[in-house]
This record gives sequence, C-alpha cells and structure tokens, in this order.
Amino acid sequence: MASLDDLKKRITSVKSTQKITKAMKMVAAAKLRRAQESAEKGRPYSKKINNIILNLSNGISDIENAPKLLSGTGQERVHLCLVMTSDRGLCGGFNSNIIKKAKNYFSKILDEGKELKIITVGSKGNDQLKRVYGNKIIEHISFKESKNANYFDADKVGKMVIEKFEAGEFDVCTIFYNQFKNVITQIPQAQQIIPLNNEGEESSSDESYEFEPDEDEILSNLLPKNISTQIFKAMLENSASEQGSRMSAMDNATRNAGEMVDKLTIEYNRSRQAAITKELIEIISGAESL
Amino acid sequence: MTEEFKVEIVNPEKSFLVKDDVSEVVVPAFEGEMGILKDHISIISFLKPGIIKILSISGDENYYIEDGIVEFKNNNLSILTSKIFNLAEIDKSMQQDLLKQAEEEANKTDINDQSKYLADQKVEVLKTLN
Repeated sequence: MASLDDLKKRITSVKSTQKITKAMKMVAAAKLRRAQESAEKGRPYSKKINNIILNLSNGISDIENAPKLLSGTGQERVHLCLVMTSDRGLCGGFNSNIIKKAKNYFSKILDEGKELKIITVGSKGNDQLKRVYGNKIIEHISFKESKNANYFDADKVGKMVIEKFEAGEFDVCTIFYNQFKNVITQIPQAQQIIPLNNEGEESSSDESYEFEPDEDEILSNLLPKNISTQIFKAMLENSASEQGSRMSAMDNATRNAGEMVDKLTIEYNRSRQAAITKELIEIISGAESL
Repeated sequence: MTEEFKVEIVNPEKSFLVKDDVSEVVVPAFEGEMGILKDHISIISFLKPGIIKILSISGDENYYIEDGIVEFKNNNLSILTSKIFNLAEIDKSMQQDLLKQAEEEANKTDINDQSKYLADQKVEVLKTLN
C-alpha cells in the first residue's frame, strides 16, 4: 500500500490536472460559441453559390464542352484527398474520426488500383497519416498563425487545388472534414468537390434565367470560387467541431479527475485512520504489559 | 403596389447586408453597369471591380467590391462577393492600401489577360474614389 505522503502527492497532482482540463473546457466553450456563430453565418454564402451553380448547370446547353471542374476529366484514375484536421490535440476523437474515415476511403481507392494523392490541412492529420501514407502526401498545409478560419486561407488552398487540377495532376478531389451537428456529435464527412457532385439535389426552380455573359463563361468563373467556398465551409465546420469536441472531451476529463480525487481521498483517509489505530493498539498493549 | 424589392449581400464570412426597401440597385456587371429595378427578369451575371449603388427609402448606400456574382429572382437580389467595403468607411489610407495592392497585381507579368483586365479595372475604380 502506498504511503500517506505518496497518496497526498497524487491527490494534489490530479487536482492540478483537473484545474487545467477545467480551464480548457471553459476556453473551448467560449471559442465554440464564436466558431459556431461564424459557421452559421457562412452557410448562406455556400448555399447560394451552390444554388446558382445548380441552376446554371441545369441550363447548360453543351454538356460535352462543359467546364472540366463540373464534368470531370472523363476518367477516375488519380484521386486527390484533402484531409482537414486541427492543429492542436486534446480534442477527443475529433482528429481520429476524420482519419478513420479517410483511411477507409484510401484503402478502397488503393484496392481498386487507383493512384492516391493526399494533401493534409492541419498538423494533427499529417502526424497521423505520415506513418502509413507518408509517400502519398504531396503537400502539407497548416494555418497555425491564423487565429480563426478565414476566407483568405481557404482561397489559397482552393487556388492550389485548381492549379493542380489544371496541370492534370488528379481527376477526382474529395475533402474530409467534420460536420458540426451539435456539441456532442460531429459527423465526419467525405465530400467530392471535383467534379462537382450534385446528384440527389434538386434545383430550387425550373425558372429560366438570363445570363450575362453566357452560361459557360459564368460557370468557368464561378466553379473555382465554389471550390474555395466549399473548402472554407469545411474549415468553418471543422473549427466549430474541434471546439465542441474539445469541450466535451475536457468535460469528461474534469469529471474523471473528480472521481479519481474522491477515490484517492477515501484511500488516504483510510490509511491515515489505519495508522492511528495501529499506534493506539501499540500504546494500549504497551500500557497493559506494564 | 410598392416599387421596392429585397437585396441581400453575402460574403463568405457572413450575411453582409439585408435590405428590403430598395428601389434601385446599380451593379458593375461584367459587360457594363446594370441598373436593376423591381420585376427585372431573372438574371445571373458576374461583377467586375466597381461600385454598387443601392437606392432605398431608408437612404442611399455605396459599396466598393472587387468581385462577385449577382442573382436576381422573384424580386430578390442576391449579391455574392468575397471583398466588399462600404464606401463611407473607406478612408484615405485604406484607399491607398487597396490601390497599392491593385497596382501591384496589375503590374504582374505572369497573369492572363482577364486577370490583367480585372486588376486594371480595380486601379481605375480606386483612383476615382477620391
């Protein structure tokens, strides 16, 4: 059995850990509110741009000559995966969930004999993937410097993806991120952004539009923007999910620490009483023998 | 019958402006300035750098934008843009900053004709802001 001193030390140590996790929970809660707000505010834009593209692609006259970003390169040989994770740890299953989803997808792609290229956004994803898929990672991006997700960063990633697409480096692009549902649930998502996958989405209206200039030109201008917008949306969802996930993870940790302190305190008190009893017995039996 | 319609300006971060008492909006469409009144035909167009003028009952407003898309449908005008500034809030130094950025962009040699044209537009519009 541990000595009283050891027990005392452990209790203090667990208590200070609890203080840290509690503080992290508070910080995450504050950040969550902001992140959630901006995720919600960002939704109209991505929804609208999606809608316009949907209307446009329905109205497009010449499917054969449609922009490649919309219709694809005609083959599905090389897959590019954009895995978006956080830069910081201690957020529960947040990163592992994305990685798990991505790894499933990777092994499916590789089993089909297709080529795989990975871009990791956020350092945690890179750390976890580089062991197994190190040779597939072609680019690693991290936004450690920027405090909040901003469109400028997303645009940089978007432009890079488009550049690679135009250089013919890949045929299909998928992004992996966590969709924020609520504080305790985040759903890992795989979303194909090139070619644009609009299946299952109905156009909001059959109304015909006037286009100025013509559809093709608008589309070829709009599609690159849409890529950046989708990436930005993923970033916003991700940051809200990260904070939510961290908050519940830290909440759990705080509770567990509390339980541990209780248990240790009981053990400490028991051993203290045992020691006192022992001393009493010694004194009494010493007095009796006199 | 009122002659007003609704306008909404959204940028990626948030819904920038919502107004429902607008009588006319002038946007710098790609092929020239375009005035939109109530019951305009449904239209989608994209914008070049320029000034958006919003004339409404509650007051007129002017915005400087660098790019964007407009969609008009059922008397709802949506303007999607990634860079927008209220003209009233642009001061001298900010204008100079934007101008400097635009000039740098326009002077790049490795850009295609279209981006060159857009950058030149930016410079031109910013110069007239004084």
